[in-house]
Amino acid sequence: MRDLLTRERLITAALLTVFALLPPVAEAFGQGYLTNVASRVMIYAIAALSLDLILGYGAMVSFGHAAFIGIGAYAVGISAEHNLWEGTLTIPMAMAAAGLFALATGAISLRTRGVYFIMITLAFGQMAYYTASSLSAYGGDDGLTIWGRSEVLGNPVLEDDTALYFFVLICLALCWWVASRVVGSRFGRVIAGVRENRARMSAVGFDAYRHQLVAYVLAGMMAGLAGALLANHAEFVSPAYMSWQRSGDLIIMVVLGGMGSLYGAVLGAVAYLALEDVLAGFTEHWRVIFGPLLILIVLYARGGLARAFRREGPSREGRDG
Amino acid sequence: MADPILELAGLRKSYGALTVTDGVNLAVKTGAIHAIIGPNGAGKTTLINQIGGQAAPDAGTIILDGRDITGLPIHARSHLGLARSFQITNVLPGFSTLDNVAVAAQAHAGHSFRFFRSVARETALTEKAMACLETVGLADRALIRAGALSHGEKRALEIAMALATEPKLLLLDEPMAGTTHEETARLTETLEALRGRFTILLVEHDMAAVFALADTISVLVYGRVIAEGAPDAIRTDPEVRAAYLGEEEIP
Ligand SMILES: Nc1ncnc2c1ncn2[C@@H]1O[C@H](COP(=O)(O)OP(=O)(O)OP(=O)(O)O)[C@@H](O)[C@H]1O
Ligand SMILES: [Mg+2]
Repeated sequence: MRDLLTRERLITAALLTVFALLPPVAEAFGQGYLTNVASRVMIYAIAALSLDLILGYGAMVSFGHAAFIGIGAYAVGISAEHNLWEGTLTIPMAMAAAGLFALATGAISLRTRGVYFIMITLAFGQMAYYTASSLSAYGGDDGLTIWGRSEVLGNPVLEDDTALYFFVLICLALCWWVASRVVGSRFGRVIAGVRENRARMSAVGFDAYRHQLVAYVLAGMMAGLAGALLANHAEFVSPAYMSWQRSGDLIIMVVLGGMGSLYGAVLGAVAYLALEDVLAGFTEHWRVIFGPLLILIVLYARGGLARAFRREGPSREGRDG
Repeated sequence: MADPILELAGLRKSYGALTVTDGVNLAVKTGAIHAIIGPNGAGKTTLINQIGGQAAPDAGTIILDGRDITGLPIHARSHLGLARSFQITNVLPGFSTLDNVAVAAQAHAGHSFRFFRSVARETALTEKAMACLETVGLADRALIRAGALSHGEKRALEIAMALATEPKLLLLDEPMAGTTHEETARLTETLEALRGRFTILLVEHDMAAVFALADTISVLVYGRVIAEGAPDAIRTDPEVRAAYLGEEEIP
């Protein structure tokens, strides 16, 4: 257990270092566009981390996670339409909006289990999608172009792509830290316990529903942050951010990386987006290759990418992150 | 503390046309080991489930320590002093043996909406859990994954988890089911050691254990308590013999 923990710290530190060094290195090799690509990857890494908290550690298979991203993105986009650019306001607003949506939908969804939970979260996700499509004042189906990025205390620093990159990196590091604390906390142990055996946890005195709901809201807020960053990165928001395919992509990232491992979620996001990019370069029907590849990974590499870094396979303890 | 600790009055439950609990009245005295015996399908587990909150009665009341708990959710009953083991082994298989018990202790040591402090460093929980493991003889298995324990060890672990919640009443549903001879003997010793510290409502098929442990025995047949009394009285009760004990070895 102890060396597992230090190994996890090493991998986390290594990944963050690679991210930190990427912009100057890419610049030096004349591949400056990579910085922009990597920003998007890190944003999805935040979203994958948030999903891993509930899916990987809590076995709550939310199929509507993209809705939180979309709501976070729209919060920034709609604020911009109304000339509110201050990031220290809009980003917390984005997180609060996504959190509220998580509270309302989670309160209902978490009363169901298994396939029903998957279906109902999917339904709520689609509801958010169609609602966004019908917002004709904010672009409707076509989406909404944002004419600039959030300001930081009135300062337009994020207009610079490299500055935005490091802002995203800081957010990722913070989310990662928060997630790793939560996973090892009292609360994290309850969430993992409910995943292991809900009836048992109730019998020893835990209100499983309440704890799961709080986890769901926490994950929703984190995904909302990812959405706010995505809106800044693309300077555009559209209902497509909330499509069920996007929710599916997020699940795949987490499964690919190895459920219940935090660096696995980050690796999963990196690998998924990289694969998508490479395969899409070969053929527009890249999903035809990607699908079977995923099935192979799920069948033969249970535990995902994170497992490749471990000796004894995926821990079910919910402590490793 | 009110005496009796548990009172069932007019408890009734049916599954479709099958009446599984048929007007059960039962009182468990504080500090006692009270056994419920009865043939397969008599409704023992269903009765325990109604007390624990896993099943809802159709009629009747359940009073724990003077409070009506009939409609309360499972976790709320736990906080009023009820703990249980399950007939079908029910542990957290991916957690270590120690963490299974520590998480049970955690449920009764303040709230768990604590997000930042490492729970592994909460030595009070670990020590409490360790003490409970020692009580049931599992201390040397503390760091093993609970899923990898033997069946008998899992039965003992269930009891340790229940003890960690410091219950006023311990419901044990066939703790000896499927255990080996030595394990049965060991569990009997463990329960004997708990006498006086905890009130126990014990459902068990192993008659040797029941007659060795119980202060009072209630005999449940077709959802009805047909006899109740001290072990000696039950042993010689003709109605009990006719209805039930003929099938099993009586010591
Ligand atoms: N959820 C349920 N739905 C329908 N019938 C049930 C249900 N649970 C139990 N029963 C039936 O109720 C009766 C009593 O079951 P119960 O499990 O309470 O008996 P028991 O005394 O614990 O038996 P055993 O000694 O075999 O454990 C049985 O006939 C059983 O089939
Ligand atoms: Mg039974």
